[in-house]
Amino acid sequence: MSKKTKNICTAITVLLAVVLIALFDNDVIGNAYVKRVLNLAAIYAIISVSMNLVNGFTGLFSLGQAGFMAIGAFSVAIFTVPAEYINSIFYLEPMAPWLAAIRLPFVAALLVGGLIAAGLSLLIGYPVLRLKSDYLAIATLGFSEIIRIVFTQMQTITNGALGINRIPGITTMWVPFGAAAVCIGIMVLLIHSSYGRAFQAIREDDIAAEAMGINLSAHKNLAFAVSSFFTAIGGGLYAALLTSVDPKQFYFTMTYNFLLIIVLGGMGSVTGTVIASFIITGGLEWLRFFDEPLTIMGVSIPLFRSGLRMVVFSVLLMLLVLFYSRGLMGQKEFSWDGIYARCKKIKTNLAGLSKKKGGA
Amino acid sequence: MSSENILEISGLSVSYGGIRAVKEISFGVPKGKVVTLIGANGAGKSSTLRAIVGLEKPAGGSILFNGAELSGLSTDAIVEKGITLVPEGRRVFPNLSVLENLKIGAYMRKDDLTADIAWVYGLFPRLKERSWQKAGTLSGGEQQMLAIGRALMSKPAVIMMDEPSLGLAPIIVQGVFDIIREINRQGVTILLVEQNANMALKAADLACVMETGTITMRGTGAELLENDEIRAAYLGKTKK
Repeated sequence: MSKKTKNICTAITVLLAVVLIALFDNDVIGNAYVKRVLNLAAIYAIISVSMNLVNGFTGLFSLGQAGFMAIGAFSVAIFTVPAEYINSIFYLEPMAPWLAAIRLPFVAALLVGGLIAAGLSLLIGYPVLRLKSDYLAIATLGFSEIIRIVFTQMQTITNGALGINRIPGITTMWVPFGAAAVCIGIMVLLIHSSYGRAFQAIREDDIAAEAMGINLSAHKNLAFAVSSFFTAIGGGLYAALLTSVDPKQFYFTMTYNFLLIIVLGGMGSVTGTVIASFIITGGLEWLRFFDEPLTIMGVSIPLFRSGLRMVVFSVLLMLLVLFYSRGLMGQKEFSWDGIYARCKKIKTNLAGLSKKKGGA
Repeated sequence: MSSENILEISGLSVSYGGIRAVKEISFGVPKGKVVTLIGANGAGKSSTLRAIVGLEKPAGGSILFNGAELSGLSTDAIVEKGITLVPEGRRVFPNLSVLENLKIGAYMRKDDLTADIAWVYGLFPRLKERSWQKAGTLSGGEQQMLAIGRALMSKPAVIMMDEPSLGLAPIIVQGVFDIIREINRQGVTILLVEQNANMALKAADLACVMETGTITMRGTGAELLENDEIRAAYLGKTKK
């Protein structure tokens, strides 16, 4: 396949995506429910790719995603809630006056959340990133829980367990999809830079990487901080999409969503992660009919009750991990050459099959 | 020792917890020569190399490179000064392509790499054929070539190799040593650690024999090859 055809294919795909989003956005197709699921999937794609940057590309098993997401979400919630609602939201204990005085536009609040998360990640990264595999996972998981509990306790800042609602929402699909394009684009550039190569060298063999002169702790911290930054951006978008946040949303189970997405998509594959975040977010919604009571010929099936969806989902995942243990894409990226080769293979297989039939 | 030594190790000790792997050894590596450390498993050869490149903290002693102290510096600073280690067991990055492996070898450099990639491909034509192949799919000998090529990409003044013949067929070992001589001829100083004493001594200008953390014998490669004790201990008595 020549470079020109590939570029044309890419241009057509991008154009198609833009047209689709425009159609959805102007309510020509789909409805509010579909739009919401798609928005959520785009936001999950940002967070999953940033998790993949650390777990898949740098080879650090970190499970702190929910915590960093909470930082971003609360930053947007705290700084963008309109001043006139503050007193009615913080009705148990008033918001700290200095904080109530600061009102920021949405983008600024997003960036503030990202920067706080990146700063905190550097602070904990320095001691914690010396740990390896499971130990690092436990430490980061613990950190994420600490953030959640601290947010529950900081009544005058985060409104504690009550959370914050009436956050100005996202009105157009361009915001989450545009943010996803920009954030994932930046991370892809990073991965393809010499820093990205160093990250992958650390994943492959940290001793050899160190012998090549790669400063392990500096690079691990960089990957961790960038990942935390974009996770917090994703968290901020998530808050704006739901228009309300409370600390309970950021249980460590939240992190497992993203872990699931990167394992399904392929540790070390950006395109795989993006595809998987749409499959998982969409699939979880699609399986919702398992949660509804089901009556066949007057007999209600007792199995169909809320929660069955997750059972079915788990079984599907187990099957997937059994047969696709490296995820949809492994460490490969989507490419037109790959699609072309696969189509050709199917074609030759079909040709071979029909020949056999003809012969018999 | 003389001032022409590019690398001067004096009184170097390395400890792992309570165990002293290297006990106050001293030796020099003259510029442009091949120096080899030979000895059995656990003699402290690898620990010496790891200490020189900063992967292990020395428990004592000094390591001078062009007269400047290296001990206490971080590995990236030492690599930047011009010393690289080809680690034991090759340790290429298996899921990255040959070319990416080479580029990581030049990580400390900011200048243009095209000339050096061409140079390494000239030394190892096999690698050029496999430029886009994942390093993990290469044969053992090719991986060793890649590990050496990767180390050369940082344009080192001194290249240290930890058992480059490990696990390779005799004919491939011969090829690896030919390359070592070729690299040396092009002006790179080489510090070689080997268990294959026969090959190492033939290639070396100077050699030290290490036993349980100390240097027990030293001399030129040719001298040690003729030495009866060496022949008995490392080369097999019956052979010449």
